[in-house]
Amino acid sequence: MSSRDSSNFSYLYDVPGPRGRRRILIGSVISAVVIAVIIGLGIWQFADHGQLDADRWSPFLSWPIWQYLLVGFGGTLEAAALTVVLSAPLGALLAVGRLSKLRVVRWIATGYIEIARTVPVLLLIYLMLFGLPHYGVNLPVLWKLVIPLTVANAAVFAEIIRAGVLSLPRGQEEAALGLGMLRRQAMVYVVLPQALRSVTPSLVSQLVSVLKDTALGYIVAFTELLYRGQVLSAFNHLLIQTFLVVTLIYLVFNGSLSAVASRLRSRTMRRGIRPPSIDDTSVTSSAITTTSTAPSTEDSHA
Amino acid sequence: MNFVAENLGDILGALGTTLVMFVIAGVGSIVLGVLVTVARVSPIPLLRWVAFAYVQFFINVPLLALLVLAVFALPDAGLIAPLEPTAIIVLTLYEAAYVAEAVRSGVNTVAVGQLEASRALGFTQGQSLRLVVVPQAVRAVVQPIGNVMIALVMNTALAAAVGVVELTSEVNKINLVEAQPILIFAGAGIVYMIIALAIGLAAGWVERRVAIVR
Repeated sequence: MSSRDSSNFSYLYDVPGPRGRRRILIGSVISAVVIAVIIGLGIWQFADHGQLDADRWSPFLSWPIWQYLLVGFGGTLEAAALTVVLSAPLGALLAVGRLSKLRVVRWIATGYIEIARTVPVLLLIYLMLFGLPHYGVNLPVLWKLVIPLTVANAAVFAEIIRAGVLSLPRGQEEAALGLGMLRRQAMVYVVLPQALRSVTPSLVSQLVSVLKDTALGYIVAFTELLYRGQVLSAFNHLLIQTFLVVTLIYLVFNGSLSAVASRLRSRTMRRGIRPPSIDDTSVTSSAITTTSTAPSTEDSHA
Repeated sequence: MNFVAENLGDILGALGTTLVMFVIAGVGSIVLGVLVTVARVSPIPLLRWVAFAYVQFFINVPLLALLVLAVFALPDAGLIAPLEPTAIIVLTLYEAAYVAEAVRSGVNTVAVGQLEASRALGFTQGQSLRLVVVPQAVRAVVQPIGNVMIALVMNTALAAAVGVVELTSEVNKINLVEAQPILIFAGAGIVYMIIALAIGLAAGWVERRVAIVR
């Protein structure tokens, strides 16, 4: 278990001998040919329909177009930041609530988490868009996006933080209580700081997930990247080019964040702290709740 | 409540669409996800890299952006398919990346010593993967895949945004006529919760079936 790099599975194999190396070479050549053919067909299809013509791409070399899209990306960042700032503390509160000794608090927190995790965000957004105005509640578009995202992501943050708390050795809390701390103090000063630290990689991954979720602004007509892409493509009729550029912006930004998350993950592993795995928590969660929907630390996405 | 009775046919049809999308994309993404993981752990560096790029792409780009790209933009390049199959294909490709991540972390739970032991016993590469790694990885993978499947059900709702008439878009349509938002959206929410609960229970059942008592 000691020196395992999770991105490299070389430990699955012996060092290949001459025959193994030859097989790997043949496999490489075959897969290279297959991949080249697939990419070639894609390019041919695009070129055949004139999508690769220079004049269809050159607009994206001009600054005003980028400025237009980047303003949208600013909206994406704004919505994501608000969502995280609101849902992370709420999530921490829910996590503590779910671990509380008080049955009522535990039930409320558990109920909220399980419900919010299994209702599509789009449904909540439709409720904001078409439901609440009926009762005279008509919020600004930013909040029509941020509130549903906060409702959904608070539950996810709660489960991540709870996984961190559960992964901490029991002795930490026991020692704090033994020193005369109150349970509340032990949680705030001893358990949570360590728990948060051990789940930092998952929290960063969830940040990527929140950034992706803000693409729902497309539906509420909030000025974010995908929505701006939509408006731009309606104007310049370069649908493929516009949406590919939008995709690329998401990919570069979120990809960098994901890279940070995996760096953090391998660093905590090297430091010898075992990050809470999905496996650990699923056992406890199915013991606590009957639903046995395990808290996911990595694969939560709306 | 009589608007439910009036629209029962439409609601059931829309629920059927949601379930069909879920089942096809679910099975498809598990198969594709396992294949991607196989490529990811293969001894061929090129395949490992392609699988890595695949997973990174779909984990970092919003599903809605991909749906919009596939439904509205790709027809410009002559790549055109009916709406619902397009949505299913995008969902399959997208969730497959998450399945691949779940399976990969499952493979990671198999201790290195297990492989070293099997090699020391003279197992071939194929044997040690088939008899040692896969049976143990499967057990660690059931719950995470269950979670991906629950996320998939939530994500089928996004198909509404590009025009597929499934549960979310149908109840939204009914609400525009009936103007009973709380009742209607809560009802739809409960349906989604029941589906998610069923998946969770099924995952728990499968997990108990493949569990080994040590």
